[in-house]
Amino acid sequence: MSGAGAADQGCAQCPARSQLEQMGISLSSYDHLVALAGNPNTGKSSLFNALTGLKQHVGNWPGKTVTRAEGGFQYNGRRYKVVDLPGTYSLLSASQDEEIARNFLLFGRPDCTVVVADATALERNLNLILQVLEITDKVVVCVNLMDEARRKGLQVDVRALSKDLGVPAIATVARTKEGIGELVRTIAAVIEGEIRTRPLRPAYPPQLQQAIEELAPLIERAVPGIPNARWIAYRILDGDHRLRQALISGELAAVVRAQREAPEAPNPLIALEGKQ
Amino acid sequence: MSSEPKAAAEVLARADQLRSRLAPDFRDRMVESLYVEAERIARRAVRRQGEPVWSWDQRIDRFVTSPVFGLPLMLLLIAATFWVTIIGANYPSELIARILFAVEERAVAAFQGLGAPWWLTGFLWNGVYRGLAWVVSVMLPPMAIFFPMFTILEDLGYLPRVAFNMDWLFRKAGAHGKQSLTMAMGFGCNAAGVISTRIIDSPRERLIAILTNNFVPCNGRYPTLIMLATIFVAAQFPAAFASFAAAGAVMAVVLLGVLVTLAVSWGLSRTVLKGEASAFTLELPPYRRPSILRILYTSLIDRTIFVLLRAMATAAPAGAVIWLLANLHWGEQSLARHCAHLLDPLGRAIGLDGVVLLAYVIAIPANEIVVPTMLMMYLGTGMMTEVSTFDQIRRILVEENGWTLLTAVNLMLFSLLHNPCATTIITIWKETRSARWTAVGALMPLALAFLVTFVVATVARSLG
Repeated sequence: MSGAGAADQGCAQCPARSQLEQMGISLSSYDHLVALAGNPNTGKSSLFNALTGLKQHVGNWPGKTVTRAEGGFQYNGRRYKVVDLPGTYSLLSASQDEEIARNFLLFGRPDCTVVVADATALERNLNLILQVLEITDKVVVCVNLMDEARRKGLQVDVRALSKDLGVPAIATVARTKEGIGELVRTIAAVIEGEIRTRPLRPAYPPQLQQAIEELAPLIERAVPGIPNARWIAYRILDGDHRLRQALISGELAAVVRAQREAPEAPNPLIALEGKQ
Repeated sequence: MSSEPKAAAEVLARADQLRSRLAPDFRDRMVESLYVEAERIARRAVRRQGEPVWSWDQRIDRFVTSPVFGLPLMLLLIAATFWVTIIGANYPSELIARILFAVEERAVAAFQGLGAPWWLTGFLWNGVYRGLAWVVSVMLPPMAIFFPMFTILEDLGYLPRVAFNMDWLFRKAGAHGKQSLTMAMGFGCNAAGVISTRIIDSPRERLIAILTNNFVPCNGRYPTLIMLATIFVAAQFPAAFASFAAAGAVMAVVLLGVLVTLAVSWGLSRTVLKGEASAFTLELPPYRRPSILRILYTSLIDRTIFVLLRAMATAAPAGAVIWLLANLHWGEQSLARHCAHLLDPLGRAIGLDGVVLLAYVIAIPANEIVVPTMLMMYLGTGMMTEVSTFDQIRRILVEENGWTLLTAVNLMLFSLLHNPCATTIITIWKETRSARWTAVGALMPLALAFLVTFVVATVARSLG
C-alpha cells in the first residue's frame, strides 16, 4: 500500500516523466492493457490524450465518447495499450455506450483499470469505484480535476482515500498533465505487483455469499472462459433481466469471446467524430 | 454447442431456487450499503477549506438555463454565429475562387499550348479540377469560421445547457430529452449525430432520434444555405441590413429544422413508435475555459480539413461525371441535357428545375457538393471560368436560368429536408441493423422534402 500520496505537482523533470514515451496509435504489439473508466465528463479523454499524445477530441459534455478509443504509451521499456471507455455511472447500466464500458471492464481482462473520478464530486463517483473494486484487484483511482476542486475550496486527501479503498489513489489535472508521471509509475507498479492492492469489498450477507459460491461454477460451465463469474452470479441472483437474456441467448458467450478482439473500426467519413 | 444453452438454463433455474432462500430485501440493503460506504469514504477524504467559494457556475446557469432567458439567449448565440460566418466568409470565398479559377485558366492554356487532346484538358481541368475548386472556395471559408465558434461553445459546456433548455419540448413530442443533444451533434455532422444516439437507452426513443437527426442541417449543407441566403435574401434588403437578413434566413431554416424534428418525432411516437417519454438525469458540467490551441486543432484539423477532404474526395469524381455528362452526346444533345430534361417536370412542380434535381442525385455521396455541381451544369462546358463573385453567380442563376426568390426558398427547404447523405444512410444501417428502418430514414425525409416544396411552390404560384 504505497505509491499513493501527494501529487508530484508540475513534475516535468522527475525521472518517471522522462521515461514516458507517448506512442499515439502505433500499437503493433503491447505488453499490458490499461482501461480508463469513470463517470461521464470526468476528463477521461483528456487523461487519454495526456498518456498517449493523441488528440482525441475532448468535449465538455457527458456522452462525448460513445465508442472505445485506443492508444498507447511506453514506460520503462514496456508498451502499454490504453483503452478510453465511454463514461458510465455504474456497472448496472442499460444504454449502449455504457454497455460498451461495462463489457470491456468485465470481459476485456485489462491488466489494470484506472477509474477516473471527479475531485469535485467524489461521493457520487465512489459508487462506480466501489463497483469496479468488486470485480478486479488491479485498480488505480485517478482523482482528476484537482484544479477545479481547489478553485471550489475542496481539499482531497488521496492518502486517506487510498487507505480506505485499498488501492492507490493519485491526484491529477489531466489538462495540464499534473500528476501524470506519478499515475504512470503507479499503473506500472500495480501491474508488476510492486504495489499490492487489497481492494475494499463489501461483506455480503452469509446467505448471499453462499448462493454466489454455488452459482459461480455453474456459470463458468455455461460460458467457458468467463471472467468475473461471481459478479455475474450476484447480478443474476439480483434479477438482472438483460443479463439473464444474454446468458440464455448465447449473447454473453459471444461478448466474452469478442472483447479482446479489435473494437469497431472508426469510419473516416464521419467528420465530427474526429480521431475516435 | 448444444450443451451450452442447457447449462445456461440450469444456471437460471438454480438461481431462482437460491433466490427464494434469500431475505426479500437483500437488494435494497446491498444498494444502501454501497451508498453508505461511499458517503463515509468521501467524508473522510474531502475537506472544505474555509467558506464555500462564491460560485460563478450557478450564477451563470441561473441565467443560461432560466425559463425566461434560456431560449432567447440560445437563439441569439446561434444567430450571432451565423452572422459572423456570413460576414466573414464572403470575401475570402471570392478571393479563393478567383485564385483557383485563374489557375484553371492558365493550366488549360498550358495544356492547349502543349497540344494535349481537348478531351484530356477538358476532363482534367474543366471537370475534376473545377469540381475541386468550387468545393474549396464555397466551403472552406465558412467552415474555418463556423467550426471554431461551434467548438468554443462545445468546450465551454454550453451544449448540455441547450439540452436542458429544450428537453421539455422533446418530452412533449414523446421523445427522449437527450435527443436535444444528439440533434446538436447533427448540426455538425448527421452521421456523427446518429452515432451519438447511443447515449439514449430506450430503443424506441433512440430510433426516433436516429430517424429525425437528418432534419437539422449539417455543416455540408450550411454553405448551400449561406450562399442562397446571401445571394437571394440579402439582395432584397438595403445593404446595411443585408448580412442580418441573410443570417436571419439561415436561422429561420435551422429553426424550421428543429420544428420538423419535433413534429416528426411527435408523429412517430404517436404512430409506429408508440410509447411514453422516459425520464433521465442530465448532469450540467462545470463551465471550463476552452484551450485555444485545442480549439484550433479540433476545429481546423479534425473538423474543417476532415470535412473538406471528404468533400474533395467526392467532388473530384463528381466533377468528372459532370464533365462526361456534358460532353458525351446522344443524338443532338449532351447526356446532361437529357437527364436534366427528364427531371425537369418534377423539378418545376416543386419550384426547382431539372438541373437542381440532377445535382442532388450526383451529390448523394456528400451534400457539400450540391452548389458546385449545380453551377458547373448551368455553366456547361464553356470556358467561362471567371465566375467568382456572389454577384456573378446571382446573375447567372437569375438572368440566364430564370431563378426567382421562390427557387431559392424552395432550394433551401429541399436542402434542409431531403434524404441524408450516403455516409449517414450507411451509419443508420450500422446502428439499427435494420433494412426497413434504414429505408424509412432515407425515404421519409425525401418524401417530406417533395411534399413541402410542392406545397410552397403551388401556394406561391397561386398567389402570383
